[in-house]
Amino acid sequence: MSENLIVPTMAEMLAQGKQPEVLFWVGCAGSFDDRAKKITKAFVRILNRAKVEFAVLGTEESCTGDPAKRAGNEFLFQMQAMMNIEVLNAYEAKKIVTACPHCFNTLKNEYPELGGQYEVIHHTEFLKSLLDDGRLTIEGGQFKGKRITFHDPCYLGRANNIYEAPRELISKLDAALVEMKRSKANGLCCGAGGAQMFKDAENGNKEVNIERTEDALETQPEIIAAGCPFCNTMMTDGIKNKEKEGEVKVMDIAELIANAQDL
Amino acid sequence: MSYLDNILFAILLAVGFGYFFNNVKKLRRNINLGTNVDRTDNPKARWTNMAMIALGQSKMVKRPIAGILHIIVYVGFVVINIELLEIIIDGLFGTHRVFAFIGVTYDVLIASFEILAGLVLFAVFAFWTRRNVIKLKRFVSSDLKGWPKNDANYILYFEVVLMTLFLLMNATDLHLQNVPGGYSHFIQAGSFPISQFIAPLFDGVSNELVMLLSELFWWLHIVGILIFMNYLYYSKHLHILLAFPNTYFANLNPQGEFDNLASVTKEVKLMMDPNADPFAAAPVDENAVPSKFGASDVQDLNWVQLLNAYTCTECGRCTSSCPANITGKKLSPRKIMMDTRDRLEEVGRNIDANKGIFIPDNKTLLNDYITPEELWACTSCNACVEECPVNISPLSIILDMRRYLVMEQSAAPMPLNAMMTNIENNGAPWQYNQQDRLNWKNE
Repeated sequence: MSENLIVPTMAEMLAQGKQPEVLFWVGCAGSFDDRAKKITKAFVRILNRAKVEFAVLGTEESCTGDPAKRAGNEFLFQMQAMMNIEVLNAYEAKKIVTACPHCFNTLKNEYPELGGQYEVIHHTEFLKSLLDDGRLTIEGGQFKGKRITFHDPCYLGRANNIYEAPRELISKLDAALVEMKRSKANGLCCGAGGAQMFKDAENGNKEVNIERTEDALETQPEIIAAGCPFCNTMMTDGIKNKEKEGEVKVMDIAELIANAQDL
Repeated sequence: MSYLDNILFAILLAVGFGYFFNNVKKLRRNINLGTNVDRTDNPKARWTNMAMIALGQSKMVKRPIAGILHIIVYVGFVVINIELLEIIIDGLFGTHRVFAFIGVTYDVLIASFEILAGLVLFAVFAFWTRRNVIKLKRFVSSDLKGWPKNDANYILYFEVVLMTLFLLMNATDLHLQNVPGGYSHFIQAGSFPISQFIAPLFDGVSNELVMLLSELFWWLHIVGILIFMNYLYYSKHLHILLAFPNTYFANLNPQGEFDNLASVTKEVKLMMDPNADPFAAAPVDENAVPSKFGASDVQDLNWVQLLNAYTCTECGRCTSSCPANITGKKLSPRKIMMDTRDRLEEVGRNIDANKGIFIPDNKTLLNDYITPEELWACTSCNACVEECPVNISPLSIILDMRRYLVMEQSAAPMPLNAMMTNIENNGAPWQYNQQDRLNWKNE
């Protein structure tokens, strides 16, 4: 089903002599993974609704190099970084928003030294700023009183100390935010970071995502909220493994906001 | 009166401190085997970290029971050591309770030392129980088998002996202070809230024998302290000194930021420079050591990582919060630190035995101590870094060793090679065409 999403590219903007307010870095998961594409579209619907002038790189975007770097391949990481920086600098990008904490961390912390200096924001922070500035209003509606637990992505939380923005958004939905026993700085990883997403786990007695799903299920949530496409996949798999997909949904914060607005 | 006691004491002190400083020199040399890294920026933030985390124990109390017990022992250790000053002066100059003249303040000081000594005994008992009776998981896991387990208990026994000697010393002193009509040089000084209950034990014992015991306790106490000080270098207890520099030199950047290897930047820039002459010979530098990517042994790690290894007190908070370890994988961040220290010590002994030069021993930190299986279990989630009460980063060592495996040995697990090939070929970790990156818009 094709809907009317307005997704200009940086090239189109440039052709019109315009500079967008913010560049939306979609990321590989957001571009290709079927589940993550839904998050991307939900976020775009919100941007469209709030009349944010944004643009994407489209086919000019390439992997930030995060999984290569964390696997130990510094060469590949820096090649990716420098190619991306060339593109971003050519468009004179100033402000970047992304729905992937891994892209977020890499762009924000590891690109500046290589020549890429941008203001980089995670989409939960960006959504919060839209609400704070009154460009977006949400009514709890369908989420009112629902038990929602938030799983902190390592690369958003511990890595960059962002714990409050996603929680504030959940509370704006009039939902009942319930915390897991391990949360915020003590949050447990979903098991995907450090390039684990792309390999089999080493031998052990349990998968990390099952351990984390059990943390989440202890709070008896109706929704597990995530802020990272990889955490989303891991938690969704965990819920399937526990055969709870009928009762518990795993949703990105952007999807919660978009749904609350019936977008 | 002979000066034999004073001379003996001076010799004892000289030997104790001499041996200690000798080991400190060795420690410095070993740490300096690491590569250079600049951690002199932002001194204000560094001093704050040291004040808050090492001096203020702010990360210890995140686990309140262990945190509070630890603070008792820590404060006890620091405060009771003020008494050491008096002991040293008394020993060197043959005086007795040289600071007694300050009066009430002296009474308060001695009283607080005693109360702290009592609290320390209580805390040490609780620590011992946690390790040996309750057997908390992080104290009985496989990486603590053998020496590390014994080391931890020896430290506790040491503290019991030292605190007991201190209280016995005071008890005999109090007993002799109260001999009707006064006895020898035992002046009325100090206040003894705890040892007053021990002093009656000596009722009915001859004054000469109590005096002998008093001297014996005094000597054993100071000898014990000197032995304990020298035990530090061989023990995880070294953290009482190194926690301070370690928190000062710790990483200040966001935890998610991994360093960009400068040697790689140079090569990548050259590769991407359209004006670079591909046939130009690289400039020859006779003294240049060919750069090695990542770390396979302790000499490839930076000196802060090596300082980290000596600072680790093996509390295991890192391991108990590690997602890989929790789910039964081989990785234990604590073991990474212990292995690094063990290997560094081995390299240090090699240098000592070979007149200051390291003779290759066909061993490396990688494989002989830390296996690739451990390294590949890490999710880089930073839980270990967050947990460490003294800001050690096991993760940075794990990453440097992965770099060696991948860039020097091409020894990544197969699926990771596939992921990296995809990034190289089509700019995504999966096999999708870069030209399809915006297809989601119309789906």
